Amino acid sequence: MKIAIASGKGGTGKTTLSTNLSSFLSETESIILVDLDVEEPNSGLFINGNLVHQEDKFKMIPEWINNQCQLCGNCQKVCNFNAVMKLGKRIMVFPELCHGCYACSELCPTNSLPMKPKRMGELKHFKLGNLDFIESKLIIGEEQAVPLIKQTLEYVDKKFPKDNIIKIYDSPPGTSCPVIEATKDADLVLLITEPTPFGLHDLKLAVDTMKELNKNFGIVINRYGIGDDKVLSYCKDNNIPIIAKIPNDRKIADLYSDGKLHNKVIPVVKKQLEKVRDYILEYQTKKMK
Amino acid sequence: MKIVLTAKGKSWDSKIDPRFGRTEYIFIYDEDSDKIETLNNAAVVSEAHGVGPKTAQKIFDANADILITGNGPGGNAKTVLESGNLDIYVGASDMTLKEAYDAYKNGKLKKF
Repeated sequence: MKIAIASGKGGTGKTTLSTNLSSFLSETESIILVDLDVEEPNSGLFINGNLVHQEDKFKMIPEWINNQCQLCGNCQKVCNFNAVMKLGKRIMVFPELCHGCYACSELCPTNSLPMKPKRMGELKHFKLGNLDFIESKLIIGEEQAVPLIKQTLEYVDKKFPKDNIIKIYDSPPGTSCPVIEATKDADLVLLITEPTPFGLHDLKLAVDTMKELNKNFGIVINRYGIGDDKVLSYCKDNNIPIIAKIPNDRKIADLYSDGKLHNKVIPVVKKQLEKVRDYILEYQTKKMK
Repeated sequence: MKIVLTAKGKSWDSKIDPRFGRTEYIFIYDEDSDKIETLNNAAVVSEAHGVGPKTAQKIFDANADILITGNGPGGNAKTVLESGNLDIYVGASDMTLKEAYDAYKNGKLKKF
């Protein structure tokens, strides 16, 4: 069972929910937490496990070999991302723009653009009790999150092929390609928002995205008590389930800023996480039928 | 010398387009023949990625010697332009093309 935690707006509590929910659930069962916000993963600040595995991740990009190239320009014609360019008597490749689709390489009549691996980031796998925590991080200057998210999910699927284990994906913010990649295989998406005009604005975008992807999703409201009640009425009007409401509490912020989890020490949070757990378990039971 | 300016229009009175990759027009002035050529760069609007090098490629293909623009090109575009041995001058953002050209001639623009 794959559960993606996404948001639209950044800073609404994806990592807070991902880490606290994982920690809470792992008290009774095995949980896999995956930080897919590879541009700036931060779940690791809250999970201090033992490193059990580490590996470099590579993407494939073309490299121009001069000796046989006829300068036909086919490579730049087939590239959708302006990553290959004919300049006078040479072909220039822009690795950061390349999406690794192989088109230029495969369609080159003289095989002058073989694909070569380029390091884009690293994956780390930690263990803490019942919790397996996997995070990937792009190296500085690398522009594309999608290939690393994809390879991270491949690692997780290979390592934990069983479907009955709960996997929690801490997703990137926004509604663009990285979020699509992080949520597209999820059975259930939890959208976390804050009850403010900004929160609602981006929540609507996230809801539209999840509808487009035909995802099952529900809402968790974080910092409940601030702002207004427009998120509540929006969810009611659109028949979107509100799974839990985590109250606005200075103690939570204090613990967060110290890199500490709060699910064990703040009873109201625990109660809300129980609601999330019940929703997940109920969904899982329905799915198995 | 062939001078290229990033432009919002097609005449000397048009304003400089401060953006490099997404400039609306590429204004090419050949000092030797006193001829002007303009390229409409509107097609880049639909491109999400890599407009910098794409625009740079057009300038490369025009065999220009000098580029006058506003903010200056980004890293990938700069790589392309450098391979064409072109000198880049920036800081012409609020000027008309004529003013920018005169400013370049009088050494008042900053070399990128």
